[in-house]
Amino acid sequence: MGGVHPEENKLSATKPIEVFPLPQKVYIPLSQSLGAPSKPVVKKGDTVKVGQLIAQGESFISSNIHSSVSGKVSKIDDYPDASGYRRQAVFIDVEGDEWEESIDRSPVLIRECNLSAEEITARIKAAGIVGLGGATFPSHVKLMVPNGKKPEYLIINGVECEPYLTSDHRLMLEKGEEMMVGISILMKGLGVSKALIGVENNKPDAISHLQKLAQSWPGVEVHPLKVQYPQGGEKQLIKALVNREVPSGKLPIEVGCVVNNVGTAFAVYEAIQKNKPLFERVVTVTGKAIPRPANYLVRVGTLVSELLMQSGYDENKSGKVINGGPMMGKALSTIEVPVVKGSSGILVMPEQESRRMKEVNCIRCSRCASACPMGLEPYLLATMSSLSMIESVENERIMDCIECGSCQYTCPSGRQLLDYIRVGKGAVGKMIRARSAK
Amino acid sequence: MNEVILYSLVSLAGIGSVMAVVLYFVAQKFKVIEDPRIDDVEASLPGANCGGCGFAGCRNFAEALVKNESLEGLNCPVGGSATMTVVAEIMGLAADASEPKIAVVRCNGSRSHAPAKVVLDGVSSCAFAHSLFSGESGCPNGCLGLGDCVTSCQFDAIHIDPQTGLPVVNEKCVACGACVKACPRGVIELRNKGKKDRRIFVSCINTEKGAVAKKNCEVACIGCGKCVKACPFEAITLSNNLAYIDFEKCKLCRKCVAECPTGAIHELNFPPRKEAAPAEALTEANG
Repeated sequence: MGGVHPEENKLSATKPIEVFPLPQKVYIPLSQSLGAPSKPVVKKGDTVKVGQLIAQGESFISSNIHSSVSGKVSKIDDYPDASGYRRQAVFIDVEGDEWEESIDRSPVLIRECNLSAEEITARIKAAGIVGLGGATFPSHVKLMVPNGKKPEYLIINGVECEPYLTSDHRLMLEKGEEMMVGISILMKGLGVSKALIGVENNKPDAISHLQKLAQSWPGVEVHPLKVQYPQGGEKQLIKALVNREVPSGKLPIEVGCVVNNVGTAFAVYEAIQKNKPLFERVVTVTGKAIPRPANYLVRVGTLVSELLMQSGYDENKSGKVINGGPMMGKALSTIEVPVVKGSSGILVMPEQESRRMKEVNCIRCSRCASACPMGLEPYLLATMSSLSMIESVENERIMDCIECGSCQYTCPSGRQLLDYIRVGKGAVGKMIRARSAK
Repeated sequence: MNEVILYSLVSLAGIGSVMAVVLYFVAQKFKVIEDPRIDDVEASLPGANCGGCGFAGCRNFAEALVKNESLEGLNCPVGGSATMTVVAEIMGLAADASEPKIAVVRCNGSRSHAPAKVVLDGVSSCAFAHSLFSGESGCPNGCLGLGDCVTSCQFDAIHIDPQTGLPVVNEKCVACGACVKACPRGVIELRNKGKKDRRIFVSCINTEKGAVAKKNCEVACIGCGKCVKACPFEAITLSNNLAYIDFEKCKLCRKCVAECPTGAIHELNFPPRKEAAPAEALTEANG
């Protein structure tokens, strides 16, 4: 249902993953996953090693955070995150590159895993793994299937439907074998015998590579998919792969599926087989205003400005700097923000491309309704939200909106539909929380 | 021909009188006894149905007043004490002498004081901007200047000054509190109108540390605490790097205004001081 076809612009698709040089200083935010912020377990003046636990997730939905560098904790203070609001972060001055001894740094592939499902979940939790597709939902929570539910399929998301971004694509090409081991570990953790990897047809090299590898892994299938945005949304991917629809307001487990990103599968391999917690990730730096688009393997906490400088960023030739892809990403108000576990890419748009269209009247063409992958009526939701008709938008299922932006992309009048819908969603969310608090 | 008219008249009169008797008994049986004072009280209210009292409209408020038999906790901010005295007379009670209030905008981060570092390219809504980012100037607490308060006002009492980009409250304000609820950042507060319309307040709600706050806005409260020491009436408290003047305790002596190193404390409608008056505080006043 729905969907749009934005220009792909995968400028960095042929660029191999480069290890990004160690920064001088890192700023590691303490809220890097969905849910409650983590609690710091180090203090000012402590020396830390690469991979050492620096903050612990304490509530059910929260995650552990590990140091990405070795050095000295210079302070624990507030630092602006991607939105410009200041949140608690650990500041570390980098000294050398000394890793925890328990981490296996050899490139040898380890295929066998003899851990039980509970042990796998515990190890994933300890390693602080979160969904690397962008939503940063703690991965161990996904493995804890609620009573009475039975997972049938593990779905691996290699769609990467956002234009420009290529970090998952490169990872599939370069770390395919490790990823397969990660997938088999996740299958064991969930107790399922089937894993489906969804990859869009615009990545034929990744598809053929993974298909070749999958032959030696029973139960793992690679499914090429028609190119369409937002097929990387988990509900859309489930529909495309197993033709089931997740009911409104429910999780994928309702239809027997658990969805994980390819990056997460690789992180799981490293955590279980190499004992390496999640402290670095692949970040695409791209955009038409960037002379050297690239895929960097970056330590969490490195400043975005350093990544941009490495790729030849010029402030005068660029308009917006976007954290994420062009469809769902948010413009940064400053480039002095740290890379976090959920950063998949940094996109720099030239000035003339970065301006929005002038907003004119709705012409009732209903393109937004046809484009909506959730079957909603964006024009109605946006209008009602702008008029603060909160109860009405709730009845129109505004909370089902996945904020993919297809409606706004397709609108010929340049209506800022998603902006208004976000306002409405925020208000409805507040109302629902107030209701459940009663 | 005459007979037709006669029969019609007689039968209609007959039906009419039977119905009248039925209606009389039904009315007696299902009589709703309503306190006549509700109508009187409602008539004395301003009839704006603004919801400033916390009820859906003036009628609801009147019902609540009469049902409560006391004025405690009930106040019509629009009519103020004059209206409440009339209401009290109808109810046969003594009026609660509540001071008239007015909305006060506690941010002076104008375009010149807190210059924009980025540009918001999206819908003009404070609620949206607040959920998106910290603001064009970088201050996470200050006024966003997109006018949610202006749209919420039913009395044409608050407008954005095109020069400063900040809302200004005029004398039409009835302190209904709609703008206070509309502001996602809590910049606006209802404060006592004060004698001769004179008010002193801290025009900043930034809770960041002084150095950080000052970086984004030159007139931010930096939480230095000088005003707290200067105040002879213990009206000023300091918490989260921010000073707050309690308008119930403040005696409008103006000692704190002169002490403030960043000019964050504003005085309104005071006569100029004998010595060099702080011109900035007077001209930038936005209460």
